[in-house]
Amino acid sequence: MGTPAIEIEGLTKDYAVGFWRKRMRRSLDNLTLQVEEGEAFGFLGPNGAGKTTTLKLLMSLVFPSAGTARVRGRSIDDVRMHREIGYLPEQPYFYDYLTARELLDYYARFFGYPLAERRQRVTRFLERVGLADAGDVQLRKFSKGMLQRVGIAQAIVHDPQVIFLDEPMSGLDPVGRREVRDIILDLKRQGRTVFFSTHILSDAEMLCDRVAVLLGGKLQGVGAPGEIVSMEVYGMELFFEMRPGFLLPTALAGSATKIGERYRVEVPEVQLYPVLEQLRNCQARILSVAPLRPTLEDYFLKLVARDKADPHPAGEGAR
Amino acid sequence: MSAIPAVVAINTFREAVRDRVLYNLIFFALMMIGASILVGEISIGISRLVIINLGLSAISIFGLVMAIFIGVGLVSKEIEKRTLYTLLSKPVRRWEFLVGKFGGLLLTLTVNTILMTLGLAAALYYVSRNFLRADASVLVAVYFILLELALVTALALFFSCFSSPMLSTLFTLGVYVSGIFSKDIRDIGMLTRNPAMQAAAQVLYYVLPNFHNFNTITAAAHGESIPLSLIWQNTAYAALYVMLVLIAASAVFSGRDLK
Repeated sequence: MGTPAIEIEGLTKDYAVGFWRKRMRRSLDNLTLQVEEGEAFGFLGPNGAGKTTTLKLLMSLVFPSAGTARVRGRSIDDVRMHREIGYLPEQPYFYDYLTARELLDYYARFFGYPLAERRQRVTRFLERVGLADAGDVQLRKFSKGMLQRVGIAQAIVHDPQVIFLDEPMSGLDPVGRREVRDIILDLKRQGRTVFFSTHILSDAEMLCDRVAVLLGGKLQGVGAPGEIVSMEVYGMELFFEMRPGFLLPTALAGSATKIGERYRVEVPEVQLYPVLEQLRNCQARILSVAPLRPTLEDYFLKLVARDKADPHPAGEGAR
Repeated sequence: MSAIPAVVAINTFREAVRDRVLYNLIFFALMMIGASILVGEISIGISRLVIINLGLSAISIFGLVMAIFIGVGLVSKEIEKRTLYTLLSKPVRRWEFLVGKFGGLLLTLTVNTILMTLGLAAALYYVSRNFLRADASVLVAVYFILLELALVTALALFFSCFSSPMLSTLFTLGVYVSGIFSKDIRDIGMLTRNPAMQAAAQVLYYVLPNFHNFNTITAAAHGESIPLSLIWQNTAYAALYVMLVLIAASAVFSGRDLK
């Protein structure tokens, strides 16, 4: 296997807090992970988990208190590393006196492309993010969703091999989220490495080869979404409808929820057949029976609940 | 200037133009027109003196206000609006960003000063119907104002690398005013006969930018010629001082966490 796309070793960040800046608050605690070339890697965690701090450290916007990181074999201190990466910050904001076309042209200039190539690239990437018609509009007139798309375009305008996206779906409507998902899948198909942070778990489950879960600045686990959570079935979910003149079986009266004309009930796997028998007896119409597996979201919520029950402030006053 | 600072500089200039910074020229033009008409009415013989004095003072004040108030926002605005995050994710070093920002504002100030100088020349021609050989001193005075603005911009940029815009404005103004009186500070220090005070005054004299030497407005208004040696001396002094301040700003900014 070649050089990993991203190698993070013991990355730690302490921020000085308080009026005299003597107290230290640890935002990221000894993060170590590797992302291989061509992977779509999800970086999950609730707000304040350390996701943005990690991305800022990788971009050299803030400097580590300890640890190192390399992207495609180059240290994050090496400015040449930036030729191979693209970055979309969280809730991006751009020079609002520029048009989208001017902004992309401005960023493309840093890569030394000649004028003709810059023009061609800018047009191509505006089209790619669905902004072909808005290229000559000043960014001050852009909606949040449009700014997010410009943000993605500036991150990929120079065809980087590794793309870092901080909450790329946040603030987008369903259509926008779908488009961003398509762009990420497209980048992955081209063999690019996509490292993105999110707290929208369904997106991570849908897009990622692997995910890392971060909580309180500490890494909780890394793996394929299916590996992270147990694939064991913990129950069955039934949807059914009652025929006119029949009553809900008394055994289900406490657990079934009515949704419009339908009922939904969760039962342990061993009770599936007795419940189905009761429903058959009252001629209920079974709409669906599906196994229940924990989702990444369940895993995530469990971690947060565990952390709240047994909080270990990550290094308060650690230094 | 290498390619990357130039790209940042051109964008900074474009920002200033689109933010209607050059609208100050309208006030300048109105002031010069008003002054020319008024001078023609009330003063005989000293109209040139009044116009040159007023014009150069206005060029200096307008430029100073722009250099300080735009200068202190050059870095902080980019951090506050987070536009710097995307910029620094490109192959741009922090010092290149700073030099580009400095260059962009200096370009804006130069264009602004050139346009105001043209306005002053027009007013001068209106009141006296001719140009004199001694008017070359006016151009030298304008050049010195530009050097002074370069120094002030570098100072504003330096302070904005580690303090808020409000504090940076105060620091820059403080240094500017002290810089005008740096010679007096040294002289007063020498009068104290206290060796510590004398040494402190001497250090301040050398550390503070010496703005006194850049002010040749009165000489220009009286048509006095400005020695070539002063032109060289001021140019070298400003270039060296700006370079040192920008190196210090880069050193501070390169280690700063952009939270």
